[in-house]
Amino acid sequence: MSDDATGPVPHAPERGIPEDEELIIEQAPPERRSRWAVMGREFLRAPWTAKIGLAVILVYVFVALFAPLLTPYGESEIVGMEFEPWGGAFMLGTDNLGRDMFTRLIYGARNTIGIAFMTTCLAFLIGGAAGLMAAAVAGWVDQALARIVDVLMAIPQLIFALLLLTIFGTSIPVLIIVIAVLDSTRVFRLARAVGMNVAVMDFVEAARLRGEGLGWIMGREILPNILPPLVAEFGLRFCFVFLLISALSFLGLGIQPPTADWGSMVRDNATLITYGDITPLLPAGAIALLTVAVNFVVDWFLHKTSGLRDEH
Amino acid sequence: MNKLAKLVAQRLALGLLTLWIVSLIIFLGVELLPGDIATEILGQTATPETVAAFRRSLGLDLPMHIRYLDWLWGVVHGDFGRSLANGRDIAELIGGRLLNTLFLATVTALIAVPLALALGLLAALYRNSLFDRTINIVTLSSISFPEFFIAYILILFLSVQAGWFPSLSNVDPGEPLWERVYRVALPAFTLTLVVVAHMMRMTRAAIINLLASPYIEMATLKGISRSRIIVHHALPNALAPIINVVVLSLAYLVVGVVVVEVVFVYPGLGQLMVDSVQKRDIPVVQACSLIFAATYILLNLTADILSIVTNPRLLHPR
Repeated sequence: MSDDATGPVPHAPERGIPEDEELIIEQAPPERRSRWAVMGREFLRAPWTAKIGLAVILVYVFVALFAPLLTPYGESEIVGMEFEPWGGAFMLGTDNLGRDMFTRLIYGARNTIGIAFMTTCLAFLIGGAAGLMAAAVAGWVDQALARIVDVLMAIPQLIFALLLLTIFGTSIPVLIIVIAVLDSTRVFRLARAVGMNVAVMDFVEAARLRGEGLGWIMGREILPNILPPLVAEFGLRFCFVFLLISALSFLGLGIQPPTADWGSMVRDNATLITYGDITPLLPAGAIALLTVAVNFVVDWFLHKTSGLRDEH
Repeated sequence: MNKLAKLVAQRLALGLLTLWIVSLIIFLGVELLPGDIATEILGQTATPETVAAFRRSLGLDLPMHIRYLDWLWGVVHGDFGRSLANGRDIAELIGGRLLNTLFLATVTALIAVPLALALGLLAALYRNSLFDRTINIVTLSSISFPEFFIAYILILFLSVQAGWFPSLSNVDPGEPLWERVYRVALPAFTLTLVVVAHMMRMTRAAIINLLASPYIEMATLKGISRSRIIVHHALPNALAPIINVVVLSLAYLVVGVVVVEVVFVYPGLGQLMVDSVQKRDIPVVQACSLIFAATYILLNLTADILSIVTNPRLLHPR
């Protein structure tokens, strides 16, 4: 008799029901511990692919953050002969200019992931704000934004990026802005589509009648309700941006030397592959491993939050 | 039938409009170039007279809309102007390379499409089996791999270690067909691996979606075998989404081809575009982007129209 109806709503351990998790998070803000406990429990039940994915991501973040402590040499310091073999003073040999491969791989994590992450954040800032605005305001603003995005999406992204980089030159800020703008179109589509569903609900109407401003309606009424698909999309967009920047760097048009970066490292050392040396595959493999890991985690997250989209 | 024609005409008009706006963007983008294109090319040391003469030879002294109409008129008639880097006629520069790129894309499509459809069907047929889950993980991974990673792995194993295929695919138009196919084998395999993953996953999703519908259940209850249900009952109705997926994947191929061509030093349009971007040879970049974008738009338009035409509900209006 005494122990019912007290404390937060009990968590019914049902899997695959999307509102469940969200409900708990929304209803128990004071007890952060319970929220973490729920997340911990969810994680323990996750499939092995998601666990591996999360572990890999954490390792990458750790390596990226502590790059200077983990590396024996400087980022673009020439320390030996060109193309020295593995072992000895250079764990993974040296590259085409005699720089330590291991050091550059570690710094590459910092540069490549950092730039891709910043680009994705900027893309979400632009695309998310525009999408929410289109959903909240509707009318001609929505129509105008949607038409602009349609046209931008009619040109393949890599081709558009190449064209814009020819015009504005290749530097890191330009790269970030160009790719963020191109990628924000996809974010806009999603934010607008899911935002539309929320914008017609009663509580948004109530907020409007209450006299709340556009910013409040976008940020406090609509955004919290469309967060799960946006978070999943963030993972997918990050993968895409990461691959696009790597491809551009591989083509020699992205991140410029002497900055260590995985895409250009593959390109610089590609000749080794014809001698059966797998060194150039290491940076490429590093890219592949991270995207696979993110995809596994997103896959699991989408499955948890109702599998809003199974395909990409 | 009238409604159908109207819908198709609508899409066609929309596609052409998009194409026109894209040509406008590609042209105007260059106008945004910081600084003057003539000084950019001639360098800071050029005298004002040389710059002025050069501007006149490029037609830069004319107003912008006249130049745009000139350019568009030329493009429609297959004249893209001259390259800034070597002064050659761009149409001539592009011609053979475009054919090479189309050849690579065709070979890839001929391998990829049947493979993806078969794998997708099998995965849908044996859903949640070990085969399905393995395929799921493999395709998820191959979607996540950068194209050049797949390309170099294939080079390492099939070219360097096994020695079966050449790692550079420099084709000649004079060579016999099978020799050319042999030379593009590795780039085609690379592209196949990338494209099959997308196509296969969507085919699987489309078929599984259909298998949940009542008429399939009816067929099952009649006691028809599972493979017969899929091939005779599900497939005809899944055709529209599958055609859509195939065409969209071909559109995706248009972009994927750029990186792969660079890896294998294949003399295609993508290679030319990357070279020109490095040299900042703007007219060539403009021409290449326009061709890539036009192909992409036309393929998307085709997918759009095919999905309308194959939709039985629109074919037999009440």
